[in-house]
Amino acid sequence: MKSYPKYFTFWHILAHYGLRFCSLLVLAFLMLPILVIIPLSFNVEPFFSFTEGMLALEPEAYSLKWYAEIWHDDKWLLAIKNSFIIGIFATLIATVLGTLAAIGLSNPAMPWQKLWMAILLSPMIVPLIITAAGMYFFYSQLNLAGSYLGVILAHAALGTPFVLITVNAALSGFDYSLVNASLGLGARPTMTFFKVIMPLIRPGVISGALFAFITSFDEVVVVLFLAGPEQRTIPRQMFSGLREQINPTILAVATLLIIISAMLLFTIEYLRARSERIQSGELDS
Amino acid sequence: MNNNSLSVEEILESKRLLNRKKRLLLLFTLPLLVFIFITFISPIATMLYRSVYHPTVSQLIPLSLAELKNWDEAGDALPPSAALQQFAIELQDLSKQRLSGKLAEEVNRLKPGSSSLIKSSARKLKKTTLEELQENGDSVLLSYSKKWHNIDLWRAVKRAGQPFTDSYYLTTFDLKRNPAGEIEQRDTQIYLKLYWKSLKIAIYITLLTALLAYPLAYYLATAPSKIANRLMVLVLLPFWTSLLVRTTSWIAILQTNGVLNSSLQSLGLIDEPFELLYTQAATIIAMTHILLPFMILPLYSVMKNIDPSYLRAALSLGARPIPAFIKIYLPMTVPGVSAGALLVFIISIGYYITPAIVGGTDGQMISNIIAFHMQSSNNWELAAALGSLLLALIIALYWIYDRLVGVNNIKLG
Repeated sequence: MKSYPKYFTFWHILAHYGLRFCSLLVLAFLMLPILVIIPLSFNVEPFFSFTEGMLALEPEAYSLKWYAEIWHDDKWLLAIKNSFIIGIFATLIATVLGTLAAIGLSNPAMPWQKLWMAILLSPMIVPLIITAAGMYFFYSQLNLAGSYLGVILAHAALGTPFVLITVNAALSGFDYSLVNASLGLGARPTMTFFKVIMPLIRPGVISGALFAFITSFDEVVVVLFLAGPEQRTIPRQMFSGLREQINPTILAVATLLIIISAMLLFTIEYLRARSERIQSGELDS
Repeated sequence: MNNNSLSVEEILESKRLLNRKKRLLLLFTLPLLVFIFITFISPIATMLYRSVYHPTVSQLIPLSLAELKNWDEAGDALPPSAALQQFAIELQDLSKQRLSGKLAEEVNRLKPGSSSLIKSSARKLKKTTLEELQENGDSVLLSYSKKWHNIDLWRAVKRAGQPFTDSYYLTTFDLKRNPAGEIEQRDTQIYLKLYWKSLKIAIYITLLTALLAYPLAYYLATAPSKIANRLMVLVLLPFWTSLLVRTTSWIAILQTNGVLNSSLQSLGLIDEPFELLYTQAATIIAMTHILLPFMILPLYSVMKNIDPSYLRAALSLGARPIPAFIKIYLPMTVPGVSAGALLVFIISIGYYITPAIVGGTDGQMISNIIAFHMQSSNNWELAAALGSLLLALIIALYWIYDRLVGVNNIKLG
């Protein structure tokens, strides 16, 4: 039995356990909807609900056929390919531009820092439907609607604020005299960048890139407006599947996406811990 | 003179160096600024422009409108015959190009009932010759129908011809101009009701997330850090999971024979299944789930920095738990609550995907109507006007957020 402070009455202990119980309920509310999808994706029947056989844990009530379905459906294969093509290119653009900009913006000598920051963070703030509508008007005039380039540019714009924030955070404890020292010792600016700045902010850059990638990978509103049938991505395919014909293949895809996001989460948490250690000077490079 | 002070040359030199540094920093930031201006700011600006610029009629009948320019529409005389004649000629031309319907539609918006008049006159004009119209087009046109003698109709034509218009913004407030040009209310309220509904949904979501996040954030902030870090993963995993995945799972849970209804039925709690999917309640429940981490994280970071000894002191001095909590702890968490609430409210008011999938007709919000005007009714100008209003609201809320929390303090994960 745990011991409580002497002033604790019955009500204090009740409040203590009540709080714990409520917290567990909220955690269950957060996790259950995600966990529920995983067994449903192995349903042998074409339903979104548990069959009696599944509840009785009969092996024949479960199957992998919806996973096999993904590999036999050209639409899903195209969507998977598109999601990775668009995500990777958008991430590359966002990471390069965002990292450079963060190096400029995090320096206190930068004029109008706050204004630039507000403008550059705005893609994260403006509701996606407004971004999508505006881009649809504008990109159609440039013949970019319905093209890979249009979607990639749009997703790159949406991803840059995340790179900016993470790299900015990584640079917050950055000692600019290191740059001066490097330049003063005769290193060229590119060398200074890759050998002095980059190793120190690498965790920030990588987690920014992952954020940019997941933003593109998960984005559907802009794709809905800008992409043609050739550029359908995974979320876009799920969206039309949910609206037109609900099919457990969506659940199989959803389970795969949950695994991907879990992996990304653990990578980012690892990088964040590493970045904190670099900033506090516990770790060299 | 003091020997320590810098000479003029040295001051100038340091200024030059500082300016060089500033230019270099700007050079780093410039590529992204240019990129965002082209790919993001320009599209938004185009949309804002589109909400007031509507040149359709001014492109259809430019010459008539030039003639109508000098006509005083406040008076009670018909436009000069030169204008009427020009209008007859241009209408004939439009009729031949099958564009008269477009003009009829545009004028009809301002003066209902004029669509059939313009269309039938256009058909008749097609049969007459250009020479006849150049001779006395005005009387030909006026002879087709008595309605062409109505001054209100000409006022509507002139007003429809203005390339810049506030009419879409009036529509977004359920207002319109009557034929005399005065602003009046529309008979049916669509958009004011929509704003009210969206606002209500966003407020419900904000309150629910605050209610659910508070105890959990408190527990996470006070629990031993080893446990807290592990439980935090359970908060972050939903945060990282695809939006579509989470919406899909709510379909599986809420549908008529879904997880929720079948478990309640097998427990014998209900006889008839709830009809939850495709309702406003479904939008609220699913979005509360999706946005909950946005409330938990700022609350947690504020609570983490509150010294627990304050509450402990109050309790050890004999305060009962609830008054101690309300008087000591709650006021210290206000910054976290307001940051989380603003964030959740801002995100939910502009949400599109989840209401579109689980909301049914009852659970639609502003964004869904914007999408409807973009995709189905093809009224892009109205969509742009609604979007601009929503944008103004979001910017105002972010300004408040910046005052309270500071946008630069946004942290991820």
